[in-house]
Amino acid sequence: MAIQDHRGVWVFLERKEDTIAPVSLELLGAGRKLADKRGVPLGGIVIGHKVKPLAQIAVEYGADVVYVYDDPIFENYRTESFMKAVIHACEKHKPEIFLYGATSTGKDLASAVATDLETGLTADTTMLDVDSETGLLEASRPAFGGNIMATILCKKHRPQMATVRPKVMKALDPEKKRRGEVIVETLKVKEEDLRTKVLEIVRDTTKKVKIDEADIIVAGGKGLGSKEGFDILHRFASVIGATVGASRDAVEAGWIDHHHQVGQTGVTVTPKIYFAIGISGAIQHLVGMQNSGLIIAINKDPEAPIFQACHYGIVGDAFEIVPMLMEAFQNALDKEVQYGGKI
Amino acid sequence: MLHIVACIKQVPDTKIIKMNPKTNTMDRSSAPAILNPYDAHAVEEAVRLKARYGGIVSVVTMGPPPAVKAIKKCIEIGADEGYMITDRAFAGADTLATSYALTKALEKIAKIRPIDLIICGKMTIDGDTGQVGPGIARRLDIPPLTNVKKVVEINKAEGFAVIHRKLEDGHEVIQSSLPCLFSVEKDINEIPYSPLPNMLKAARYQPHIWSVDDLEEVDRTLLGLKGSPTIVSKVWPPEKPKGGEQLQGTPAEQVDRLLEILLTKKELFAVKGGE
Ligand SMILES: Cc1cc2nc3c(=O)[nH]c(=O)nc-3n(C[C@H](O)[C@H](O)[C@H](O)COP(=O)(O)OP(=O)(O)OC[C@H]3O[C@@H](n4cnc5c(N)ncnc54)[C@H](O)[C@@H]3O)c2cc1C
Ligand SMILES: Nc1ncnc2c1ncn2[C@@H]1O[C@H](COP(=O)(O)O)[C@@H](O)[C@H]1O
Repeated sequence: MAIQDHRGVWVFLERKEDTIAPVSLELLGAGRKLADKRGVPLGGIVIGHKVKPLAQIAVEYGADVVYVYDDPIFENYRTESFMKAVIHACEKHKPEIFLYGATSTGKDLASAVATDLETGLTADTTMLDVDSETGLLEASRPAFGGNIMATILCKKHRPQMATVRPKVMKALDPEKKRRGEVIVETLKVKEEDLRTKVLEIVRDTTKKVKIDEADIIVAGGKGLGSKEGFDILHRFASVIGATVGASRDAVEAGWIDHHHQVGQTGVTVTPKIYFAIGISGAIQHLVGMQNSGLIIAINKDPEAPIFQACHYGIVGDAFEIVPMLMEAFQNALDKEVQYGGKI
Repeated sequence: MLHIVACIKQVPDTKIIKMNPKTNTMDRSSAPAILNPYDAHAVEEAVRLKARYGGIVSVVTMGPPPAVKAIKKCIEIGADEGYMITDRAFAGADTLATSYALTKALEKIAKIRPIDLIICGKMTIDGDTGQVGPGIARRLDIPPLTNVKKVVEINKAEGFAVIHRKLEDGHEVIQSSLPCLFSVEKDINEIPYSPLPNMLKAARYQPHIWSVDDLEEVDRTLLGLKGSPTIVSKVWPPEKPKGGEQLQGTPAEQVDRLLEILLTKKELFAVKGGE
């Protein structure tokens, strides 16, 4: 099929509970820009059971047209059923660009779809642009453990696909009045043609750490010296309403659970504020947090690489600085509450 | 008897690697080549399943000749057989071309001994995509199961597997028909020190080495750079955050300055303050 027959920027609309996952809304924001630059419509595709209301939400967040696959067979995400729907839609409507959130679902689905459509897929993109003339997608991502940034092109195959990291792109403000087209697609997928079944979904409600969703992260490293050393971090975090993160060395020392680990082999985070306390700033740590909005480093060693990667740095002993900082913070917050008159 | 094949790759240790700042290319000589850490967990899981159910563990890699070393590492972990495909024709492969070449290798291995289960790592630390595993599964037309963090059961007699698949907020229990492909999380297992007999075996072990000509029904246009839809158009050093300001003065002064900066973002802390 000729490349020029493909048109439109699409976003896979991932469902989260009864709404659209934040990352998909962010992609609608990013996709809107690409679609406008290229002068084409922005499409969304939503797959599930009783998901039609989500189409309207996507429109409010920027979609011009939303394709809906609504059937009990799509109740739970399964690679095989969802990929059938996505491929069906791609073959019928031929989008030029197709974006997915780099979540477990998005990455799983995109990898399968790309193989069947024999097209290119760029993983974990953090920057997107499009050539308005050719429609060529420029998808950029950290590579080689974050040592370089690379721009990936897919010249001869369509759709050009990319998974995009959560919290990197910006969602538009929703506009209730925005109008868009909702197209209900029908595709019969038979249960007996599927080779996997979801037996049970276990939501881990006890696990409080959703480090990748946190706006503020207070992360500690080996520099904190001990499990007790981490206590100060927990206190600081609770004071400022932050989530505690950690370097791998701190996790491996057994001072904190691995759910808290930030970096290449941990979680990739993009909070608005990131404190790195007693963390040297090894590249594997940096790749997991370098897209944070504001990075603050506290480290005894003026030569620590973290100071090259931060916005503001304090050279000093965490056990001196953090308590001072904590106290100052507590004071500032008390003051806010007073003014706020909320209590 | 299960036949489990783990897909493994030798990678430069990106922790130590130095970049040439002029060309933005990796100085490969600066970094030792290691078994992709995630793939070690794939092999370990295969070895554990062998201990549970009986069977044979093979590993397969596509890579340059020195990758034999990575195979030997897998033998140390407990793999029985190693297969390597190596050829200039594979060079420059992206994930689509990699999954094609590995699929051809797996088809050949399956002729020697039918495969019940393929296990991949979550991702490689150099390619860093996690796309090759699902790609192989699609090409072989078997179910891809990603983010596998626990194997509950492999039932060869009845032809199914039950696993836990990690989600952002928990996990799902999935039953799949066999054969299928797992991409495993690193927390699925811990890798113990290798027993001495394995080390001795590894030292002597010579893997099966195949070139393109040894594989069957290969469409050469789908291999290597030619078979790769994606190309890298440019590379550049990651942008350092702007600012990089070292705060000055006594510790007390520095802390004040920091709070001042943070209070410009006070909306983030307001939730807490308003509670
Ligand atoms: C939920 C909520 C509701 C609110 N409602 C109201 C309201 O109804 N009316 C109202 O007037 N305000 C309200 N506020 C507060 C408002 O947002 C501003 O903080 C306040 O109005 C600004 O007062 P200011 O200029 O004196 O102090 P600031 O804006 O805090 O300026 C003082 C300066 O000193 C710095 N500073 C502050 N504390 C320290 C410290 N300990 N160490 C070093 N430097 C420091 C700051 O960075 C800043 O540069 C509310 C806040 C919240 C969170
Ligand atoms: N060249 C290769 N040889 C064998 N297995 C590979 C190769 N590349 C990737 N894999 C497998 O696919 C997984 C995902 O790799 P990637 O898509 O590169 O992140 C790895 O963890 C390996 O299990």
